[in-house]
Amino acid sequence: MHNFILQLAQENNFQSTRLLKMLHAIQKRYFHISEEAIEVLAKQLDIPRTHIQNVVAFYSFFHTQSSGKYTILISDSITDLMLGKSALMSYFAQKLNVDIGCVRADGLVSLNNTSCTGMCDQGPAGLVNGYALTHLTKPRIDQIVDYVNREVPLALWDADLFRVDDNIVKPDLLLNQKPLHGQAIASTLMRGLSETLAEIEFSGLRGRGGAGYTTAWKWKFCREENATQRYIICNADEGEPGTFKDRVLLNSYADSVFEGMTVAAAIVGATQGFLYLRGEYVHLLDKLEAVLEARRVSNLLGCHILQKDFDFDIEICLGAGAYICGEESALIESLEGKSGIPRNRPPYPVTQGYLGKPTVVNNVETYVAAANIAVHGGAWFADKGTAKSKGTKILSISGDCKTRGIYEYAFGTSVKTILDDCGASDVLGVQVGGPSGVFISNDEFERKIAFEDLATGGSFIIFNHTRSILDVVHNFSHFFAHESCGFCTPCRVGTSLLKKQVDKIVEGHGSAGDIVALEELCQVIKNYSHCGLGQTAANPVLSTLERYPEIYQAMLKKISYEPGFDLDKSLETARRMANRDDAAAHLAQVENEV
Amino acid sequence: MTKTFVIDGKTIPYEEGQTIMQAASAAGVYIAHLCHHPQFTPHGSCKLCTVKVNGRNCSACTFPATEGQNVINVSKELNEDREKITQMLFVEGNHFCPSCEKTGNCQLQAVAYHLNMTDNHFPHFFENREVDASHPDVMIDHNRCIFCTLCVRASEHVDGKNVFAISGRGIDKRLIVNSQSGLLKDSALDVNDCAAHICPTGAILIKRTGYSVPIGQRIYDHAHIDVVALASEGEVHDH
Repeated sequence: MHNFILQLAQENNFQSTRLLKMLHAIQKRYFHISEEAIEVLAKQLDIPRTHIQNVVAFYSFFHTQSSGKYTILISDSITDLMLGKSALMSYFAQKLNVDIGCVRADGLVSLNNTSCTGMCDQGPAGLVNGYALTHLTKPRIDQIVDYVNREVPLALWDADLFRVDDNIVKPDLLLNQKPLHGQAIASTLMRGLSETLAEIEFSGLRGRGGAGYTTAWKWKFCREENATQRYIICNADEGEPGTFKDRVLLNSYADSVFEGMTVAAAIVGATQGFLYLRGEYVHLLDKLEAVLEARRVSNLLGCHILQKDFDFDIEICLGAGAYICGEESALIESLEGKSGIPRNRPPYPVTQGYLGKPTVVNNVETYVAAANIAVHGGAWFADKGTAKSKGTKILSISGDCKTRGIYEYAFGTSVKTILDDCGASDVLGVQVGGPSGVFISNDEFERKIAFEDLATGGSFIIFNHTRSILDVVHNFSHFFAHESCGFCTPCRVGTSLLKKQVDKIVEGHGSAGDIVALEELCQVIKNYSHCGLGQTAANPVLSTLERYPEIYQAMLKKISYEPGFDLDKSLETARRMANRDDAAAHLAQVENEV
Repeated sequence: MTKTFVIDGKTIPYEEGQTIMQAASAAGVYIAHLCHHPQFTPHGSCKLCTVKVNGRNCSACTFPATEGQNVINVSKELNEDREKITQMLFVEGNHFCPSCEKTGNCQLQAVAYHLNMTDNHFPHFFENREVDASHPDVMIDHNRCIFCTLCVRASEHVDGKNVFAISGRGIDKRLIVNSQSGLLKDSALDVNDCAAHICPTGAILIKRTGYSVPIGQRIYDHAHIDVVALASEGEVHDH
């Protein structure tokens, strides 16, 4: 192992910024990252061992204990639950003969939950050793269990288990364009850099990750910074449950993504770019590397791009299971080989980003749009959409509808139109923008997808009347508690308290004061958290509490006091010790409740 | 002309590059804080120093002072929410002030008094956290760690040793020690290190000194934390 790590460190020029890459390699080879490996690596990179220990503990996909030759993770996204994930998970555990969250006694295989894997249109989904599994069914699980027990290498498994479809249902402005092979770069260089920036400004393009900052301004600020080095980053850490459109763009429009990054690099004066790919999308890695290589061969990347005095190249970095890394400054920290903790702002990345240098961070879809604007001009894009939200938005549609998949709409399209198009009926409500977005009820379907009304990064989850709002809120609050980076008090402690408070109400242990307490807690988390994760973590509760107070009220016990804990559950240890489970060994929280 | 901004109606002079916290401390205005220490790079994690800057919540310890800012530091809403944030820190760990040797010298306890906190409000986590008493002179009681990272910063920037780090994610965060065994005794920590003395709570304690100052004669037994903080921190500048 010593030699393996030595060589690995050498290959990565002993750069601690490449820490995640090296840890992925160690784990792939040894199925975990041992204390010994950490010691050796820390010495090689000349960093404290605690730095590596922290990174390993921070990212969900790294382990210090072996998780088996086959590490199986099943997506715990609400969309997967709606497709029957829970029953399949039990079936899987039973067939594999392993407890959920554990490694099997023979050490061969482990089974656990993971946050949304971005396969909401083809779930229930999961990952085996990081590679996406789709359309899970009992027969497919039987097949997987058989492979595992016979220790068949992943490369020999039925490829259909790993089939990932694009499911582009409704293309529009962007998805109707062919992937770009230099046209945007050529147009940009011919038109002039400032002129192209002016076209992008005229297009009104705003960031597609959800926050909606004007792209041209970001590029302009970065360009105007006095610096010798600048960076272009593509945020492909598509972690918001219910969104998967970046996966499709990277699968079928990767050239346009890279082209957009290259245009940005030309305009701001950057020579190095990074694509930060979420760990869940490792199945795209080889393909993306091949696209980059082909672009180098075609002189669209590398030195003297298109024979001009313009050098730029792109490196792909793989995440390791942390939703927070979708936050741009956390993403930059992760790119620097650290745990993904959002930075204090100001300074913003455009002035001090990667390694303290001016950095542009944009979403995958933003780069695709920018590249096409560079070709077709700003007016082509600005013709669509509303006054404040120009162009189109690509939506990932999942949940209760006939045709799940990718839909592109001009901004300003109503929810009703979208629901009609995807064949949704008997709709209770829609979660727009994922858990961090908003739950809208069926009274609000005239509302429009736009920054000024329903802003969204692309997640659009439909719920019909068979679904329970509280199940949704329960799932989302667990998600945020799991994904909180833990940096600031309100989010670290608050999201865990919120999870407990929601559990208490959902499990029927709440009483009159609990709704007030819930709302009060939500406000502290929302108003005092350090970054967008915490500031939106209470949205699922707040947006449903506002619309459906009666659903919460109905869960409360009609008692005047507030039980802080479940009395009967607390007696469990005593019952176990006394080896009793008779009626007298149980106590009711409320008199005459059985 | 000196640049100024306003905190709760009072005009505060500042120098370019100062944070709201630095300018406020220098002008004799106390803003509640735990993870901030004037000697170290601001961290901005405890969120107790949240103030309203032109109507928006910002951490005073990291947010730059700018000309004409209108800052609200003391309001019913802010103080009630600071109390809740303090209560969160109390329920997250295991803090039993009456039996803690840091009582009376503890900033967490003193801030709680300052904010008139009378109960823990939220349900306790009752996490099992360990004590590391392996070092001959210094001990860590993880029950009382609030992840302010002051020991981490002190060890790195003052002692030049990197003895401490915060590891992990979310509610599972833990203070870890830089030694092969993970124990304090095998680390480079010396009892005279800045990192051994910086803890605002009773998480890092010097052995055999716990009761050398009797209860009743301790720092916050006689003075509120705002007075103590302004007296000790007002003049210090960041390095």
